[in-house]
Amino acid sequence: MADITVGVPEVRVAEFRTCQFTGLKVDVAAQALIKANAVAAVVFLALGGLMGLLVALTRWPAVHLLPAEWFYLVLTGHGANVLLFWIIFFEVAVLYFASAVLLNSRLAAPKLAWAAFGLMVVGALMANYAVLRGDSTVMFTSYPPMQATPWFYLSLILFAVGALVAVGIFFATLVVAKEEGTYQGSIPLVTFGALTAAIIAVFTLASGAIILIPTLLWSAGLVSTIDPLLYKVVWWGMGHSSQQINVSAHVSLWYLIAALLVGAKPLSEKVSRTAFLMYILFLQLASAHHLLAEPGLDASWKIVNTSYMMYLAVLGSMVHGLTVPGAIEAAQRRNGYTKGAFEWLRKAPWGHPAFAGMFLSLVMFGFIGGISGVVLGTEQLNVLMHNTIYVPGHFHGTVVAGTTLAFMAATYLVLPLVFQREIMFPKLAQLQPYLFGVGAGGISLFMMGAGTLGVPRRHWDITFSDATIGFQHSAGAFLMMGLNGISAILAAAGGILFIVVVVGTAFFGERIKPGHKLTFPLHSGGAAAASHYGSEATAKLPGTIILVTIFFVSFVLYYFINWKYLSELWLFR
Amino acid sequence: MAVTPPERRIWWNEPIEKVELIWIVIAFFWGLFMFGFMIAWHFIGQQNLSTETYRVDPSNYERKVEAFAKEYQVRDLEGVPVVRPPAGKDVYLLGRLWQWWPVLELQKGQSYRIHLSSIDWQHGFSLQPTNINIQVHPGYEHILTLTPTESGEFGIICNEFCGIGHHTMTGKIFVRAGTAEAPSSTRVAEGTEEGGR
Repeated sequence: MADITVGVPEVRVAEFRTCQFTGLKVDVAAQALIKANAVAAVVFLALGGLMGLLVALTRWPAVHLLPAEWFYLVLTGHGANVLLFWIIFFEVAVLYFASAVLLNSRLAAPKLAWAAFGLMVVGALMANYAVLRGDSTVMFTSYPPMQATPWFYLSLILFAVGALVAVGIFFATLVVAKEEGTYQGSIPLVTFGALTAAIIAVFTLASGAIILIPTLLWSAGLVSTIDPLLYKVVWWGMGHSSQQINVSAHVSLWYLIAALLVGAKPLSEKVSRTAFLMYILFLQLASAHHLLAEPGLDASWKIVNTSYMMYLAVLGSMVHGLTVPGAIEAAQRRNGYTKGAFEWLRKAPWGHPAFAGMFLSLVMFGFIGGISGVVLGTEQLNVLMHNTIYVPGHFHGTVVAGTTLAFMAATYLVLPLVFQREIMFPKLAQLQPYLFGVGAGGISLFMMGAGTLGVPRRHWDITFSDATIGFQHSAGAFLMMGLNGISAILAAAGGILFIVVVVGTAFFGERIKPGHKLTFPLHSGGAAAASHYGSEATAKLPGTIILVTIFFVSFVLYYFINWKYLSELWLFR
Repeated sequence: MAVTPPERRIWWNEPIEKVELIWIVIAFFWGLFMFGFMIAWHFIGQQNLSTETYRVDPSNYERKVEAFAKEYQVRDLEGVPVVRPPAGKDVYLLGRLWQWWPVLELQKGQSYRIHLSSIDWQHGFSLQPTNINIQVHPGYEHILTLTPTESGEFGIICNEFCGIGHHTMTGKIFVRAGTAEAPSSTRVAEGTEEGGR
């Protein structure tokens, strides 16, 4: 029996501090890892965001900044840096926070977590090197038979392995917390949301490995062909579900921010948790909606995978679309803002960048990203906008106006609570979510508009100036691309403000000492929020009911407008 | 609180708020409706993508397209043959770095079996300004029955990134309203009415 104990690792004696604002016990090792991952995230956001601005300025017909070679190269880098590196580094920080900090636990294996971090950094740097060399301009989707250098695929695999290890540490931390009894009952809702994100991440990274490893071998000359259609089917198992990690993560942050800033409790634990669960159960299969315009895939396969699967996941998001504002309304009414249908919303802490960012993210994710996603994922409607710039319009609504804005908002809580620094330039910080939000919303809407008018995605020159057989887009399309460029400048200005505030605060912000009063105060019950238990008691929520009614009517109208467009196309079958 | 464990250990037996329940039911039935509408469109709508697809060797496909173009060529446009196939017949269109080949001339209201494939990389068939967008794969021959419902000049642009010349990859379809010399002219009028049925 002696050999059984050999494998048992020594239990680390963790060093804790107690947060003076929330009363949470914070493992200092977890705190260092959260900081490191958040800093890496912001660095790649800065790099990828700059690349995004260059892309938008090139696509603005009046500016047309970069030459074609650079445009496609920078577009590839933009996708990798913001969609993978910024978001996943930040998500790792969220996972460590939602496990170790929210559960008052020690982090399971800090040394391994540092190794994972190292692997992710190496992968991300290598990918940038491969792209900037100019021989891996294959775009984010990297569809064969177009080929990148082996370094490119290898870098993504390394990054994914690092991320997978980090996810494993999250699971291990949940086990440690349970075993050591650092909390009672079920894990908090925010941690539950993070758990769904982590479970989806495992599936996603597995899909990624299944497709990227053979692609790496093919690129290295060891496998002769990769079937382009098969590649796509498996690739989107990673590509779309990876976006579902983001949704789970940012919805968790909506609940977190609402809890800490207005003292919101979930209306009912059961509903909110089931909604998270639906993401795990249904959204992986819905990745079929990227394949609606492909040859050879059966209509019934498309309908099954994009409908009852996807609509159940959409149902999950629609539920959060009611329960998050509902929880905020209930809390605000309890805080005394009971006049009329909307006093709770008018008197919400709009001057706190975390709240402003979170609420804008909620609204834009629902109205722009959510509705367009369903329309795009409808079997026949997809033909109207497949591979037009409508597609990036949709996912800028989900990933920029939704996820990125929510992550930025959360950062305004991370800086004082984890970095223990006072936010620098508070006026700029207040302005930042609005500037970035309006820019991101504009980018999404104008790209969707241009896509409806036929502008292709990933396209350097919509005037087709070098083509043998020319084509002229409508004046409306040019207008939309111009407005997209202007929105991108707004978003970039918001992005730069974010970087200035975050970097300034992280390195030069005033250190928070005991008794410090924050510029952006948490809800006066901030400490209670983190120590009291509870779901919301029965509450009347007229404001939320009006908001979801507006949402639903917009959804239905937009859905049928697109069927109307479709019915006017040439006939095909 | 969302940041703390639920108050009651057995939270899954708590009743659901009425407002939540109503919203869940509405959202669920809306999803069910959208599911049904996609199926319904196969019966009530005339825009459904064909699934008729064959595996094909790219060089064989290229030969078929060349033979087709030679048979029905009527003139030239910028060095690209303009091809006027008879209605109802098989029409071949080829995507390659960086053109859509050949240029087609079709009759409004007539149906054609359009074959789509690529001989090198993936391309995107994007018919403009009509905005029909279909993915085109090397090695797969995708056949759809297409009926133009309007006359004029239409552009085909590539909307799948296919390398540095991607933005120069264009083609053209002319759609003639005429009843003129085509032997099938008597059928044009009813063809417009009947459409793709």
